[in-house]
Amino acid sequence: MTEHFPVLVIIIPLVLALIAPVAGRLNKIYSWAIALLATLFSFITSMLLLHQVMYNGTISYWMGGWEPPWGIEYVLDYLSAFVLVIVTFLAVAVTIFARHSVTNEIDDNKIPAFYGVYLLFIVGLMGMIVTGDIFNLYVFLEISSLTGYALVAMGKRRKAPLAGFRYLVIGTVGATFILLGIGYLYIATGTLNMADLGARLPGLFNSKLVITAFAFFAIGFSIKIALFPLHTWLPDAYTYAPSAVSALMASTGTKVGAYSFIRIIFTVFGVKVFLNQWVSVPYFFLIIASVAMLVGSILAIAQTNIKKMLAYSSVSQIGYIMLGVFLMNPIGLQGGLLHIFNHALMKCALFLSVGCIAYKTGISNINDLKGLGFKKPYAMAAFTIGALSMIGIPLTVGFVSKWYLALGSLENGMWYLIPVIVISSILMLVYFWRVIDNIYFKAGEPNDVAKIPATPASMIIPTIIVAALCLVFGTLAFIPVSITEKAALLLLG
Amino acid sequence: MANKETDNDLSALDHEKQSNIIRKTLVTKLIAFIQLYAIYIIIFGELGPGGGFQGGVILGSSIIIYILIFGLEDGRKRISQKTSDLFSSTGALIYAGVGLLAIFFGGHFLQYGAFPLGGSDVANHYGIMAVEIGIGITVAATMIILFCEMIGRD
Amino acid sequence: MMEFILAKYNYWIYVIIMMIGFYAVISKSNLIKKIIGLSIFQTSVFLLFISIGKVDGGTVPIYQGTEAVYINPLPHVLILTAIVVGVSVTAVAFALVVNIYREFGTIEENAILEMIKHDD
Repeated sequence: MTEHFPVLVIIIPLVLALIAPVAGRLNKIYSWAIALLATLFSFITSMLLLHQVMYNGTISYWMGGWEPPWGIEYVLDYLSAFVLVIVTFLAVAVTIFARHSVTNEIDDNKIPAFYGVYLLFIVGLMGMIVTGDIFNLYVFLEISSLTGYALVAMGKRRKAPLAGFRYLVIGTVGATFILLGIGYLYIATGTLNMADLGARLPGLFNSKLVITAFAFFAIGFSIKIALFPLHTWLPDAYTYAPSAVSALMASTGTKVGAYSFIRIIFTVFGVKVFLNQWVSVPYFFLIIASVAMLVGSILAIAQTNIKKMLAYSSVSQIGYIMLGVFLMNPIGLQGGLLHIFNHALMKCALFLSVGCIAYKTGISNINDLKGLGFKKPYAMAAFTIGALSMIGIPLTVGFVSKWYLALGSLENGMWYLIPVIVISSILMLVYFWRVIDNIYFKAGEPNDVAKIPATPASMIIPTIIVAALCLVFGTLAFIPVSITEKAALLLLG
Repeated sequence: MANKETDNDLSALDHEKQSNIIRKTLVTKLIAFIQLYAIYIIIFGELGPGGGFQGGVILGSSIIIYILIFGLEDGRKRISQKTSDLFSSTGALIYAGVGLLAIFFGGHFLQYGAFPLGGSDVANHYGIMAVEIGIGITVAATMIILFCEMIGRD
Repeated sequence: MMEFILAKYNYWIYVIIMMIGFYAVISKSNLIKKIIGLSIFQTSVFLLFISIGKVDGGTVPIYQGTEAVYINPLPHVLILTAIVVGVSVTAVAFALVVNIYREFGTIEENAILEMIKHDD
């Protein structure tokens, strides 16, 4: 049975995603229970898969028994198993959180459908991680994007459908560019398997087809991961989505896109071409990433809506990840991969705690947070830990990845990137301080504060666990560090 | 004068009623053939052009044409929202179920050849047919759901 | 120059169609027209994929007892999937537009932006 785990980890949630809306017609709680069951199953299975990968090496699963490169192949190596564990763990945490949050924010008759779409979103993300076939990647990408548009549009605010529609238009353009890139690679090589492409592409790098293919991939994925000038869909989408959806999308959606981009860069095109032939590409992306880190933080300072502030902060964090990736050396790449892990945890903690505050109150403005530090101590403590981690205080996860990014910059002799990292962190301190100042050091109207209802434990507990993990993996940093080290070496061959 | 106007109205009503009769009779007779054709395309999908998607769309449109002529309420009496939701899940479950059954018989996911049906050729044949039927059901139900949701309110 | 254009005419056609679609997506304020543009945008890529499956002198890839030159069916199969994805995108987009219309009573983006100017 264990040899089928790479496919079961996706198929079982897919089956349950189809059952959830039907079962939800009997009783709304069933659809939530099924969603929890599915995510728990995926989490446990992906832990077992990571264990298998660590002891037996890379796992390859042939769909339908067809041998790759003819058939579709599912590949689990250090990187994919690691990202799979992150995504499924956060999916479990957000699903537990979702129960009360969703009942509060979404119409009763839409709840069964919500959990069906929600599970499909997770299935799409997991498929993107596991697959070793670029066309399959496109299909899973579209599954997760389409469900993402629908999830955003389910928000309570009247701007939600419009935010969803804009996300759909921009996202579809991005996905079509990725499809074009796949087509160009297929024309050039006649194969769709990632490993096979990696073997055939060297020698074709002077071909205009292959160069254009990379350009299409770069633009398409930049849209999907919201890299700076193409980030415009992200703030609205995260702001107007329901709390649980914001938390899930912010922590996993763009990260999985970044993971796929890393796969395309290192597994399909290979690092050598960027070091020897297309040397200007890494420089170009390093500039873009640096600008993203600064502009994202500056825009975040300008926001008064807390969710929008966190969304702009995501734009700058994507800059960090891409900075690590395009340093193209083991330590820098390791920093980028660590930041995928760390940012997923931190953003999840932040969005979950914001969801706890918004529960039944709908508070979204930073100025309305006055005095909440003592009214909602657990949620606000989680927010503070997340914020400190984002800034990069030692003993939190944020410090670890920033440290590796700085080391990676020095390795390339690019000392001038370190001030960029520091300035961006200081800007983060500015916008997070505004929130923390309001929470702990300003008294709110006692009447208003007293009216705020208590948050259910099912929302508080996952928030605290995710926030605590920011500290745990900040102190026990060797666990993610050792895995990402192997993953980075694997990618750089 | 007043009488003449009511007469005109009546005849207009009559006219509408009569043209409705033609449309309704035509559609009731036609639907059976459309559905037969759809099933043919689904079943023979693995031998010739066609398959679950195409057959499913035709099957779905046979219900849609019924709703167009008889109205949403009558159409929903034939196939309620509950039923179409159920079918859209069932079809996809058949697909996934066939794939999981292959694992159960010792093959990989979706490796129909592993079914104990006497030879991997025959097993492949039936496996693909089962999958096509699943796809057909889902596509038909989804078409109906989409159509009803779009025209449903307002 | 003429030869250069003619040799790769399928690329030219797809790029032109794609830009027509893209123009509609960018410039039209009506949301339904945007969706139409988006569909055209996607369809252009489908056309490219289908055109690359052609093999000179190839026939329909159905085995009929004798060996023959077949066209490459793989791009067609890929596009069958991509078409389904495209239809799903259109369906989701229409559903969102229906929701937007219920909320605002219009599908002109400019009018909607005017209405929500004072929302935060």
